[in-house]
Amino acid sequence: MTATVEPEVGKARTRKEDARLITGRTRWTDNLTLPGLLHMAFLRSPSAHAKIANIDTTAAKARPGVIAVLTGADLADEQGSLPCAWPVTADQKAPPAPALAVDTVNFAGEAVAVVIARSKAEAHDALELIDVDYDDLPLVLDLESAVADGADLVHPDLGTNTSAVWIFDSAQAGTGTDVADAIADAEVLIERTYRQQRLIPSFMEPRSVMVDPTGEHYTMWSSTQIPHILRLMLALTTNTPEHKLRVIAPDVGGGFGGKLQVTPEEVVCLLAAKRLGKPVKWTESRSESLLSAHHGRDQLQKLTLAARRDGTVTGLKVELLADMGAYLRLVSSGIPILGAFMFNAIYKFPAYHFACTNVFTNKTPTDAYRGAGRPEATFAIERLMDELAAELDMDPLELREKNWIKHEEFPFTTVAGMTYDSGDYEAATARAKELFDYDGLRAEQRDRRERGDSVQLGIGISTFTEMCGLAPSRVLGALSYAAGGWEHAAIRMLPSGKVEVVTGSSAHGQGHETAWSQIVADQLGVPFDSVEVLHGDTQISPKGLDTYGSRSLTVGAMAVLKAGEKVIAKARRIAAHMMECAEDDLEFAGGQFTVRGTDKSTGIADIAFAVFSAHDLPDGVEPSLDSEATFDPENFSFPHGTHLCATEVDTETGMVKIRKYVCVDDVGKVVNPTIVDGQVHGGLAQGLAQALYEEAIHDESGTLTTGSFVDYLVPSAVDLPSFITDRTETPSTTNVLGVKGVGEAGTIASTPAVVNAIVDAVRHLGVTDIPMPCSPMRVWSAIQAGGAR
Amino acid sequence: MRITVNVDGTSYADDVEPRQLLVHYLRDTLGKTGTVVGCDTSNCGACTVHLDGHSVKSCSVLAVQADGCEVTTIEGLARDGKLHPVQQAFHDNHALQCGFCTPGMIMQSIDLLANNPDPDEDAVRHGLEGNLCRCTGYQNIVKAVRDAAHHMRPGAGPEVERVTDVRTPSHASGGE
Repeated sequence: MTATVEPEVGKARTRKEDARLITGRTRWTDNLTLPGLLHMAFLRSPSAHAKIANIDTTAAKARPGVIAVLTGADLADEQGSLPCAWPVTADQKAPPAPALAVDTVNFAGEAVAVVIARSKAEAHDALELIDVDYDDLPLVLDLESAVADGADLVHPDLGTNTSAVWIFDSAQAGTGTDVADAIADAEVLIERTYRQQRLIPSFMEPRSVMVDPTGEHYTMWSSTQIPHILRLMLALTTNTPEHKLRVIAPDVGGGFGGKLQVTPEEVVCLLAAKRLGKPVKWTESRSESLLSAHHGRDQLQKLTLAARRDGTVTGLKVELLADMGAYLRLVSSGIPILGAFMFNAIYKFPAYHFACTNVFTNKTPTDAYRGAGRPEATFAIERLMDELAAELDMDPLELREKNWIKHEEFPFTTVAGMTYDSGDYEAATARAKELFDYDGLRAEQRDRRERGDSVQLGIGISTFTEMCGLAPSRVLGALSYAAGGWEHAAIRMLPSGKVEVVTGSSAHGQGHETAWSQIVADQLGVPFDSVEVLHGDTQISPKGLDTYGSRSLTVGAMAVLKAGEKVIAKARRIAAHMMECAEDDLEFAGGQFTVRGTDKSTGIADIAFAVFSAHDLPDGVEPSLDSEATFDPENFSFPHGTHLCATEVDTETGMVKIRKYVCVDDVGKVVNPTIVDGQVHGGLAQGLAQALYEEAIHDESGTLTTGSFVDYLVPSAVDLPSFITDRTETPSTTNVLGVKGVGEAGTIASTPAVVNAIVDAVRHLGVTDIPMPCSPMRVWSAIQAGGAR
Repeated sequence: MRITVNVDGTSYADDVEPRQLLVHYLRDTLGKTGTVVGCDTSNCGACTVHLDGHSVKSCSVLAVQADGCEVTTIEGLARDGKLHPVQQAFHDNHALQCGFCTPGMIMQSIDLLANNPDPDEDAVRHGLEGNLCRCTGYQNIVKAVRDAAHHMRPGAGPEVERVTDVRTPSHASGGE
């Protein structure tokens, strides 16, 4: 055994995962097949709100190759209600959420029947033969109308379209003063309404699920982020004994929150396989995915920022309407609540009030999408800070610095009650300004304005922070979430010296296999290539809470390290026995136990073999080094950074070009800089896409009109710039590696930076806001309206 | 209908339905599951393969149209255990995360380099416009394609579907 000399943590390792992905040796769920496999296809409602008067499946059933046709009525006794794990208030209203609609359909795209056939083509062909009579019901599509008196109701049995009202008030919570006083005493008030448009996560691998009922277990393969949560929820929903259900997430092609779900299709696939005793598979088309997989964002934000004329912010009042869509899915109701702790961002103002109304509409349900509640909050406060700066004629960076938490003030408990452990906003901002040439671009902006150039330059700022690393279980409990936020890991020392690391955090592109190998290689002193990381199968990795909320490194890897400590402790006892010394006399470094002050040493691989042979172990010591551990974080993780965006706006066409994008992120210590850069790039792309391109649009009949990649504008390579990325490194004080989450940071930070830059470019033309996405048409219209003012 | 197709160096003769798409023939009949389906409107490019040396979206080609043709998929690029320079460059430059778009992205990149052996950033971005990636923001993909170009002798058409023996250290990571 040779010791690892150079530390693995911090190294820009290329990824272990790549080998299979670049050669096509992949196991996407849709690649898998089994003998006698049957295929499912769903009939979906074209109507957004209707009573199902009649369903006739006779002709479909008679078609060659069709094995079964099932409707909601057929499954009514066994399908249960799709779970919502987050009752945000004690009186939260949630309608039953059947996997297949039984009496009514509540959004266009809701599944009403399923065909199971010998081939996928035969299943799809038979869909056309199912005859459904719909009696249309009144539509609820607009958030504000939905909560008005006398509104039509999505679920008349509930008597309201309001699912829950959740309030945080700093005066009541004892974390600050009364926002009403701050508003009454304000020298300046900035009042704005912003729309967080509805987005579609748009993971590249369409959802797919296969269930094998053969044998003693039901085995489900699913393109999911959450095999463990899915197993438990399916057990509870469908009355399947948990220990008889195995869930496998094989290669999963992206998620971004969109696969953090217990889907109707997974429930129906399990029930169909149970009924027929045969393996059943379903893979969605892209248009089916855009229509029926959950959407994200969709909030209306009414905001009041109070300040003094010297730029000191004194309070913020936030009133949200959050669109749940037609049903509460797994964590729909909690998404806007995650934002409650982020509207105050990096600022120290003393008064804060947040009120969120969760509203039902006849649209596809919403749920987690990258950032989940925090991008919305960050957008609001960072836009407001630019608006306040403009109102006061201050430099927006100076205004921010006047209000932000200073480096020496950490740890800092915010007006929303969060304790930020660490941060250095001064350092990140200074570095970003330097890389951006802030002063030079401001000079060019002045010059273009003076010249009356048809192309104007704007500079947008976002000095963001976010809370991630979900999450301390006690905090989740206080927020009424049903589960905890811990993560589990196990380490198995194989007799040959190789190491198996089992993680409960289920990866789907993040690079766990590489990063966890680096961490364990350092800890146990074994070569990087001797470590195998296993995940995503409830039989291989029986405990876990999966991957979302930038939690894998800050929670999942801490569980791995904790398990590793136990391995070392067990090995130490055996090493002492082997070398006939006291345990306290041993030093462990680079994979070697050395008797202090001597050159006597034994490697951990030799100990692993000695444990395997078990010929000479101390009395009472079990022959195993294998260890497992569960880690519950004591706090969230608070990455931060300064993002600066320069846009060129053609005032004659409304066309926006990103001239320069600089971001300096602080994610604490970095395990693998290559992976971190990749996460930031991808996060930025999705944040820019919200600012410039993407929007899920429903017409007046509730039909999704952006139902394909022709209409829903996921940006291509020509739609995005190259980003200039850099980092400052302020270690987290709440975990042993000093790391912070990075998966969502780019998305959270970038949207307001871009919109701020566009507004800044044309503010002198009378523009103070442009609704997202800032298409050329919208930018041009805003310029026209501004000039007319 | 009976078709004869050479896929990744092996000749196949099969009866196919006239409506069957090439991508489904590759995946379902031949088990070439390295090629994947990402959309139904030919926007995403995940299913890109080479038909007689030129990239096509295999969701937009009928299997019968490939009769008598040579098809190269992601699974046919590595030769004698050596990766194609574009595959190697994707790995070296962290040009993939979840990897679902990667087969199509690599096949399209090879076609792009066949047409333009030394593309600048803008040319790479335009050459890959028909291939969507949701994970990387494209920055490292652009970097990988340009890195691959430096490792490949100028060539055209099917000539670029080959493996070089000589590798030099990849570029350091970081922004372009």
